[in-house]
Amino acid sequence: MTPAAVSLTIIAAIVAAGVTVGFLAGARRKMDLEEWTVGGRGFGVLLVFLLMAGEVYTTFSFLGASGWAYSHGGPTLYVLAYLTLAYVVSFFVLPQLWELGRRHGMQTVADFFGLRYGNRYLAGFACLVGIVCLVPYVQLQITGVGIILSVASFGGIGRAPAMAICVVLLVAFVFASGVRAVAWISVVKDGLMILAALCIGIAIPYIHFGGVGPMFAALARARPEHLTMPGATIDQGHAWYVSTVLLTSVGFYMWPHAFGSTFTAKSADTLRRNAVVMPLYTLTLAFIFFAGFASVLLVPGLKDGDLAMLTVVRNTFPAWFLGVIGGAGALTAMVPASIFILTAATLFAKNLIRPVFAPGMSDDQVAKLARVMVIVLGLIALCLGIFSSSTLVSLLLTGYAGVAQFFPGVVLGIYWRRVTLTGVFGGMIAGVSTAAFLMLSHRDPLFGLSAGFLALCLNFAVAGGLSLLTAEPASVAEPDVAAPGGVVGAGGVIPPRASDMPRI
Amino acid sequence: MRKPSRSALFLGLIPFVGMCFSVPLWDRVRPMLFGLPFNLFWLICWIVLTTACLWAAYRVESAIDEQRGSTP
Repeated sequence: MTPAAVSLTIIAAIVAAGVTVGFLAGARRKMDLEEWTVGGRGFGVLLVFLLMAGEVYTTFSFLGASGWAYSHGGPTLYVLAYLTLAYVVSFFVLPQLWELGRRHGMQTVADFFGLRYGNRYLAGFACLVGIVCLVPYVQLQITGVGIILSVASFGGIGRAPAMAICVVLLVAFVFASGVRAVAWISVVKDGLMILAALCIGIAIPYIHFGGVGPMFAALARARPEHLTMPGATIDQGHAWYVSTVLLTSVGFYMWPHAFGSTFTAKSADTLRRNAVVMPLYTLTLAFIFFAGFASVLLVPGLKDGDLAMLTVVRNTFPAWFLGVIGGAGALTAMVPASIFILTAATLFAKNLIRPVFAPGMSDDQVAKLARVMVIVLGLIALCLGIFSSSTLVSLLLTGYAGVAQFFPGVVLGIYWRRVTLTGVFGGMIAGVSTAAFLMLSHRDPLFGLSAGFLALCLNFAVAGGLSLLTAEPASVAEPDVAAPGGVVGAGGVIPPRASDMPRI
Repeated sequence: MRKPSRSALFLGLIPFVGMCFSVPLWDRVRPMLFGLPFNLFWLICWIVLTTACLWAAYRVESAIDEQRGSTP
């Protein structure tokens, strides 16, 4: 067998094993809308944790972070800072959000905006922004699989066909098993990923340089400027770092899938405890950085930095090991991608089309529409993946510039009684349109600052200013004053449960 | 649900100062510690320190919750 055949066989076996675990988890259950999207709400603490962890570790951290360490250098360190600080933000925002969600039966980011501000158009707009931002995140994962397969096949499989294969598998997988499969497959994926990160991060510097210390010493001698900011870039200095870390750390839990998983927690206290422990999860990423920096010296001159780490793995280890790493990487891309695609499709059908355009739809019709959307979104992400040449990290930053625009509405909605619908809607429109304009016209970074951060500042300013100018809100779901007798929102009228009646 | 206390918010601000706002002070290669460039070493330390800060904030918040009785 040729090395390419060996590595591809092992990748296929690992993906097949993962998918089988998923199918088995999904089998023997009646697939209605509820079961398909939220696992019938029967997830224990362990499954919820697995689901959340499955969302955190994506191809972005695997190939993207090492790729940027290779091509950009110092600025990549923002990844370690933002993932850690995101949990600090979550400590102060999620418990309050959860409490509000419990009282008013919220399930998604659209429910939050619909119920808190009492306007289904705001909810619809939030939905649309969420879906649009998830597309580059899915594209990122598909591109990752494309890279893995083309490197592992020694260039035998082109990147475009590899991405197409990935999308077909992804859609089939999401169709057949829904969210329960995704949680179980995370077990396989996370174990492999952490093992792979440790192996690569320690073994590569050790084999080529005699250790991590000597590797960095060699790099500090040869390319000291690569290790600090702005590294190999001209416009990603300290101002960029601070603005990007702020943007992405507040944006982290604004991703629709992460926002939704908040509501699955057992209590507000669980979320706080989670925030205390989760930063340690970021430590494993440091090993990926070791490999990324090592590849600067080992495979200089690659045009596409995202290829760097896998190329080094291919040059260092036997083909079967490349297969194991590739398989872990492929699952690491496909698990989150299916969560994202499922979230986006459900948001589209359940929170955008039904409440805003077709109130008469039955649950079955919504489920059908969601399935159609899975295919549509998969194809859109595939087309974007084939025709765009963005690096993995810049794809993620594009999404962040968008989802972070939810943050003012969320944090003001939780903590500021004076905030009004006009303020939040105006702020979000200003923020999203500014971010979209700056990103699409390639003006990121602007004046040395992250474009998404500038949009976020504008969003806050508009939201605050307009709120002060408009009348005191007749609040629908204000933190301390719950509306009695059911509230009208994105999901239609939700009657309050007896246990959730306001305690005032 | 009540707002977080000032001391908890202060504890939450510490990691932001350590990992984010103070970047010009620590973004350099030397001195290399444990074989790592100084900025990488600094961030790895702060990942652990962040957990410590949040743990302290958790204790503060839980103590206040207990004082006020179990109702939030």
